[in-house]
Amino acid sequence: MYRLSGVTKHYSRGKETVRALDGIDLEIPDGGQLVIQGPTGGGKSTLLQMLGGLDRPTGGTVELAGHDLGAIGEAKLTKVRAELIGFVFQSFNLIPTLSAQENVETALVPMGIAKEERHKRAFAALESVGLGERSNHVPSELSGGQQQRVAIARALVKEPKVLLADEPTGNLDEETRDEIMELLHGLWRERGLTFIMVTHDTAIAGRAPRLATIRAGKVTVSENADAQVWAG
Amino acid sequence: MFFTYLRRELRRRRKAALVISMGLALGIGLVLTVTSVSAGMKNAQSTVLHSLYGLGTDITVTKSAAAGAGGGAQKFGIQQSGSGSKSSSADRLSVNQGTATMASSTVTQVASQSNVEAAVGSLLLNDFKFDGSFKLKSGTSSTSTGTGQGGGQQGGEGGGQGGTPPSGAANFSLNTLTIMGTDTSNITVGPLSSLKITSGVNFTSAQSNSLVAVVDSSYATQKKLKVGSTVTISGKAFKVIGIATASSGTSAANVYIPLTQAQTLADMKNKVTTVYVKASSSQQISAVKTAITKNVSGTTVTTASDLASTVSGSLSTAANLVTSMGKWLSLAVLAAAFLISSLLTSSAVNRRVREFGTLKALGWRSKRVIGQVMGEALVNGLIGGVLGIALGLAGAAAITAFSPTLSASTASSTASQGGPGGGGGPGQAASAAAKAIEVHLTAPVTLSAIAVAVALAVAGGLVAGGFGGWRASRLRPADALRRVE
Repeated sequence: MYRLSGVTKHYSRGKETVRALDGIDLEIPDGGQLVIQGPTGGGKSTLLQMLGGLDRPTGGTVELAGHDLGAIGEAKLTKVRAELIGFVFQSFNLIPTLSAQENVETALVPMGIAKEERHKRAFAALESVGLGERSNHVPSELSGGQQQRVAIARALVKEPKVLLADEPTGNLDEETRDEIMELLHGLWRERGLTFIMVTHDTAIAGRAPRLATIRAGKVTVSENADAQVWAG
Repeated sequence: MFFTYLRRELRRRRKAALVISMGLALGIGLVLTVTSVSAGMKNAQSTVLHSLYGLGTDITVTKSAAAGAGGGAQKFGIQQSGSGSKSSSADRLSVNQGTATMASSTVTQVASQSNVEAAVGSLLLNDFKFDGSFKLKSGTSSTSTGTGQGGGQQGGEGGGQGGTPPSGAANFSLNTLTIMGTDTSNITVGPLSSLKITSGVNFTSAQSNSLVAVVDSSYATQKKLKVGSTVTISGKAFKVIGIATASSGTSAANVYIPLTQAQTLADMKNKVTTVYVKASSSQQISAVKTAITKNVSGTTVTTASDLASTVSGSLSTAANLVTSMGKWLSLAVLAAAFLISSLLTSSAVNRRVREFGTLKALGWRSKRVIGQVMGEALVNGLIGGVLGIALGLAGAAAITAFSPTLSASTASSTASQGGPGGGGGPGQAASAAAKAIEVHLTAPVTLSAIAVAVALAVAGGLVAGGFGGWRASRLRPADALRRVE
């Protein structure tokens, strides 16, 4: 369960203070799904960084599984990221010199898992996203959609509680976007993950059962019981 | 994962890695070459000093003549009366001008100082031989011939040819010879230690009072002497038992004979001109010098390093060049190489902000990311080290192959050990006042120099990696991701 109380994030830009998040209160139950949308610069990526423990709020608390991500030490926060949170980025962020299999393994390295076990789990994760046969290919030998699948395998190989996706289809064409969305929803359902996704794609936002709209650092949550959720 | 990632990154950035490695290689190669040339210079200086001292000698003890005492021209007073042809010869043995003798007990006194391993005495003599015939018309003629004595180090042989007295005709020759009376009981210290017997044998301790001699090879060639020949000194015939060459440079004397015999011939019983001292270790040389200076009064104590300061010539110039400019140049290049490799590593980290940010987001701890950067930099350093050692070895080999000849001159301040100077009076000069030695420069690469090169390579890698790692450690995952999106 995510519980955000009075979360603020202020940046200084010259003499001006930018209120990226301005008192966010939000709860996301375990296994729930939340799509965050809003205009550019509205604070959606900043909110995702707070949820992922990539940045610390200026004020308020971000609780995940009993940890206050804004207050715990750096080592503890790193451990939370390593064990509980999976990330998928818009630009895939794969290590260009490593093969698909090795890229997936990078998520298991901080958990101290032995090499053989890492190999086995990474391959299984790639198979689960349909890339078992491409495990030895480096990112430059894969299409954008395949690279995002590798990134999804990397996010899920450690069996996290939470999957955070920052515009995961932003660099993909519509057909591939739909494939990726179906894949993500299938994995969400199958694994009982808490799935939080940032998007500026109205087509994706329109199919979200729970939508958070963020503008000028403030969030509004709406439910859509009739949403046409993705297959998968 | 560490090594896989490391290998792939180095392969991907091989051009940058090569630039970093080559920069370090240049610095390390230069340091290695300069170090080896410096070692070669030390060897060359050591060669020069050994030729003066003997291989086993650390210190010499001499005594300078008091002002106005001794020396001066050698006088050969020849009185002829009547008419017709008369022949005359004279033989004089004396110590070098400016040198005073010391009692043999000084050797014992020096040997008793702490940290002295061995001390032997020697007596360096000049033998002036005058042979001539005179044709006198009538009356009496008096001829006095003088040989000026320089303070030269070299045991030279001087010769003078003929002069004509005012009232008749004369034909005479003047020969000088340097003789070293040496302690035959210990040939590992002192003048005998720098000799290499090329024919025959060296002295044995049983020959302390025998009529035997070891002859310098140059002199032997000149006088057609060989083992078994005899050489006559002041009327005494010495059997040549060995022909020797100085292991380096020029021999200190023409003829070496047992000390007791030299003392007897020169009528200098229990006298020595030089005490050669070997310290118990090289670290004790300075302490031994201090002790002798304090406890054996009236002596001049000279160490190899004292003597080194009197060496001049191209060797001295080159040595100064290596120690000053060479050292600073190599340090400057090394510092520049460290700086460049640090900046390039830091720049590489900046280009990988998203990569490291992603790894941190995945839960990699900062120290693991730093370790990765350090590992890559260390491998660059080690590659630089290998290339640098190869460059250094090539440089040293080139210098050794080219083997430039350096000349070294020792000032006449070491006169106490020197031979006779120019032949004064009628005739031609015999030898220079200073000793000139030619040595070939080599550039030996020692294991310790290679160890230093490896250490520098590791240090270079660590400095560069530390710099890059520090940059990487300051990256926050959110900043890293934000900067590229």
